[in-house]
Amino acid sequence: MEAAVEMKGISHWFGKVQVIHDVDLSVEKGEIFGLLGPSGSGKTTLVKMMTGLLRPSKGVVQLNGEKMPSLKQLRQFGFMAQSDALYSELTGRENLDFFASLYGMSRKDRHLRMNHVLDMVDLTAYASRPVNTYSGGMKRRLSLAASLIHEPELIILDEPTVGIDPVLRQSIWSELNRLRNHGVTIIVTTHVMDEAEKCGHLALLRDGRMMAEDIPSQLKSKLGVSSIEEVFLHYGGGARA
Amino acid sequence: MNTAAVVKRILKQFHRDKRSVALMVAAPLLVLTLMWLVLDTETSAVKLAAVDVPAQVVESIETEGITVTVMDEAEAEEKLNEAEIGGVLQWEDGAPFVILEGSDPNTSGTIRSTLQKQLSEQNASMEWEYWNGSSELGLFDYVGPALIGFFVFFFVFIVGGVSFLRERTQGTLERLLASPVRRSEIVFGYLGGFGLFTVVQSIIIAAYSIYVLDVFMAGNFLYVLLVTILMALTALSLGTLVSTFAGNEFQMIQFIPLVIVPQVFFSGLFPTEGLAEWVQVVGNLMPLTYGAEALRDIMLRGSSFESFQVEVYILLGFTTLFTVLNIAALKKHRPL
Ligand SMILES: Nc1ncnc2c1ncn2[C@@H]1O[C@H](COP(=O)(O)OP(=O)(O)O)[C@@H](O)[C@H]1O
Ligand SMILES: [Mg+2]
Repeated sequence: MEAAVEMKGISHWFGKVQVIHDVDLSVEKGEIFGLLGPSGSGKTTLVKMMTGLLRPSKGVVQLNGEKMPSLKQLRQFGFMAQSDALYSELTGRENLDFFASLYGMSRKDRHLRMNHVLDMVDLTAYASRPVNTYSGGMKRRLSLAASLIHEPELIILDEPTVGIDPVLRQSIWSELNRLRNHGVTIIVTTHVMDEAEKCGHLALLRDGRMMAEDIPSQLKSKLGVSSIEEVFLHYGGGARA
Repeated sequence: MNTAAVVKRILKQFHRDKRSVALMVAAPLLVLTLMWLVLDTETSAVKLAAVDVPAQVVESIETEGITVTVMDEAEAEEKLNEAEIGGVLQWEDGAPFVILEGSDPNTSGTIRSTLQKQLSEQNASMEWEYWNGSSELGLFDYVGPALIGFFVFFFVFIVGGVSFLRERTQGTLERLLASPVRRSEIVFGYLGGFGLFTVVQSIIIAAYSIYVLDVFMAGNFLYVLLVTILMALTALSLGTLVSTFAGNEFQMIQFIPLVIVPQVFFSGLFPTEGLAEWVQVVGNLMPLTYGAEALRDIMLRGSSFESFQVEVYILLGFTTLFTVLNIAALKKHRPL
């Protein structure tokens, strides 16, 4: 089966500084793929390449077998950026409506999907309030809802649970699992070790290098350790000066 | 399609952001009023001599607050020489003919606008002549057209530039570009949304200046609107383009002395005729120069479209150029 996302031989320089070093990565359809790495390791940079916002200095990115950037593939995924990309003067519903209209959804579809995703992130009661009255967690949830609005078959989430309390984090993860069960492919970046355990596949990133990539249980058993944290320390512990 | 979505969103944001709306409409009105208070010192009594003028014409002018004295030509010339009267209205072959004394621009302006209003309907071609000097109009009348253009330009530049900048700093630009929207659709959406808003803004500012502040106006109001709207679009496309080079709102404000202030001095807001040639060359690179010139053409000279069409095309050219550069500049955020 063709991979949802395929990155081959990716290197990237910002000016003279190389921030990504020869990364290969392949995300199968229907899995939750985690990109784990500390802050500054290059997660956002890789995500931007997947979404076509950044062209790698070297290497090829493909979505569903098509080279990025491509307007057709831009329709296929939902994206939740690391920062809440919302219009603060507009209400939650108006934000969703705007993003939905970019995908050419009919008025009726937009209406149905808006109600659905608002319900999903538990914001129905706040939908007609302007976003600048939202708490940080509510904005995160609205961003998530916006990335799901057009029922994409692939969603790319850049640190979706940062700044969200544990209860809500739990509910977001159960939502991601539910989507996965419906065949949606999910790519999620995180720097939180215990979240990594929840991913079907895990790539460990450090200083722009991919150190290991496997099923979490395999990563652990190969080294005979009991947590992803230990795995991470094993691969990257000594690397940082 | 997506363009319409962006337009709709911008209008909604305007609806919510009353303060920006106020800045773009009320601030120009306020400043124009202040300028008017300073520059438009109304002369107390304007005296006009009438030589061989039909009696009912004399009457119609007097109601306008000008003292008209009927006298013969010799007497009128003597009074002109002594600057005791502001001008002479004469009747030659059944058509009005005016000699303005000309040393006080405000007096000349009052006479000119009054007579134009009262007499131009019956007499398409009025003859004007100056006894002394040639400063035709009051200072405010002279700079008024340029000021209208300038304020529309300035506030659209700022508000447009800052909103586009915020799109970037709040991350929504990236979010937009991660959807199947074309770069051009975003830029056109901005032109459309702000364009619709500036139609309203231009109507209010132009109407206020012309009908409330009574800036000298000899031409077609629709032409004034056409030019101000074009200036607004130029300002918007320039503002959004410039915002690409700003990292935050404060840096956007730093562009004012760089982009806006020179235009005030070089664009003929103040007369540049006598200035060095390089000044005029620099002025020719500035959009405001053409907008101000076209507005003066329309408002002071009552020109027809043909005589200011070149300026209109140049403004359109500026807008097109800035828009194309804008679309290209967005490549920085998404290569496609
Ligand atoms: N636009 C940019 N210009 C220069 N350096 C950048 C830019 N974006 C990111 N970097 C650098 O690239 C590295 C990876 O950043 P990023 O992908 O944001 O990491 P993460 O998302 O894992 O925290 C960091 O060292 C960061 O400083
Ligand atoms: Mg990041």
